[in-house]
Amino acid sequence: MYNTHDILETIKMIEEEHLDIRTVTMGISLLDCIDNDIDKACEKVYRKITTSAADLIPVCEKIEKKYGIPIINKRISVTPIAMLASACQTSNIVKFALTLERAAKTLGVNFIGGYSALVGKGFAAGDYALIESIPEALSITDHVCSSVNIGSTKAGINMDAVKMMGKIVRQTAELTADRNCIGAAKLVVFCNAPEDNPFMAGAFHGVGEPDCVINVGVSGPGVVRAALEKAGDMDLTGVADLVKRTAFKITRVGQLVAKEASIQLGVPFGIVDLSLAPTPAVGDSVAHILEEMGLEQCGACGTTAALALLNDAVKKGGVMASSHVGGLSGAFIPVTEDAGMIDAARAGTLTIEKLEAMTAVCSVGLDMINIPGDTPAEVISAIIADEAAIGLINSKTTAVRVIPAIGKKVGDELEFGGLLGSGPVMKVNTASPLKFISRGGRIPAPIQSLKN
Amino acid sequence: MKAVLTVVGKDSVGILAKVSAGCAEFNVNIMEVSQSVLSDMFCMIMICDISSLKGDFGTFADEMKALGQNMGMSIHVMHEDIFNSMHNI
Repeated sequence: MYNTHDILETIKMIEEEHLDIRTVTMGISLLDCIDNDIDKACEKVYRKITTSAADLIPVCEKIEKKYGIPIINKRISVTPIAMLASACQTSNIVKFALTLERAAKTLGVNFIGGYSALVGKGFAAGDYALIESIPEALSITDHVCSSVNIGSTKAGINMDAVKMMGKIVRQTAELTADRNCIGAAKLVVFCNAPEDNPFMAGAFHGVGEPDCVINVGVSGPGVVRAALEKAGDMDLTGVADLVKRTAFKITRVGQLVAKEASIQLGVPFGIVDLSLAPTPAVGDSVAHILEEMGLEQCGACGTTAALALLNDAVKKGGVMASSHVGGLSGAFIPVTEDAGMIDAARAGTLTIEKLEAMTAVCSVGLDMINIPGDTPAEVISAIIADEAAIGLINSKTTAVRVIPAIGKKVGDELEFGGLLGSGPVMKVNTASPLKFISRGGRIPAPIQSLKN
Repeated sequence: MKAVLTVVGKDSVGILAKVSAGCAEFNVNIMEVSQSVLSDMFCMIMICDISSLKGDFGTFADEMKALGQNMGMSIHVMHEDIFNSMHNI
């Protein structure tokens, strides 16, 4: 009944090729915690989170033991806090961030996401206050992650928000300049943000989601690379087939863990996110998969094509392995979190322009990129606008998580540690987009949004 | 309910005896054993019935892992579902 080869292959994937569950993320709705007294709202938020997720860590640890597979992160995502802030008659919104931090520490989770605002078409009550509080919130907390959705294919791009976010990203880095500007590594600016994303820093719990839900993100770039290495020479049809088969196996583990966690926690199963998420560890890199396909180094001509093949094959293999697929689902290319990308960026083979092209065919966007500390806010806004435009036109999620390395210049390094990794400061084109960004207004929704 | 127990390492006297004794302590019944020795490397796969397991699965897995470390071998105990999920449609 059992095939020895299959058993040993699974163990090898886990032991040697870094197969793991990247995250089990519990999404918790805070809509029932809204109160016009912020202190009362915070107390309700703390109680709701710590009650709903009380068993999250012990259950995950039990599942790790049962199946012998590591679950690297246990996380929580909550309703965008701007919605709670809209009811409060105070400007001291950071109290919510401190409450989320306190809840994260009590539970022992790795991150808590949802210090967020959705302003794709404009600002509602609470949105301005929340966005303006992001730099302070991320500098006084360690576990809180923040995201702002500034556009969508349906709504267009809110360029007033884009302009604002350039400044906010800079301020966030400045306030944490003494800690390698880490605040900016916990802040993502989205176009077409998914409401069920289990990955940080962009996770939040959408308003269309149930009261509480379990979403799981798998990993496994090392497994895909090892499979390609073993297979040796084959044409690209063969490569795509092999990636599909491997993605199927990886995703099945995610589905198993998600179902088990859902049963044991008594919380509905939401989605499995099919993303190939790298880590800075050697052997766990998306760039190394592209190099295994035959590129001298990630960033070389051909990188976009190789990534497109990889991303599509991962989805095709994964989608059959899970009953509900969602979140970001694709290959991640966070520069500082991927050993192969770090090397390619240091060598100058991988540039921001190439990364931008890559984001047109993979899951997210310009992710974990260190930029010079003197990059003006309007240039950061313009980077966000470019990336959002790719998402807008292609009806896909795109995001920007750049870290202005305050006091540093091209070639210097920022070291975040842990899964966030480290990497060089990359060159940015600084020809001024000031007038374009200052215009504000909205870029209209594209013609392809009119599908009805 | 079944678990898959694998033992990999350098061949020596008494591996099977020590592993089976470990299983017996936890009231785990060994249903199938497949083993091979390839140029000194010992590889054994056991399918075990854990329906009457004494204590919890995590403790059993930890104890077997520790037993492996004492013997200079690598022992993994995993629930059968992970293999069924990954390798069967």
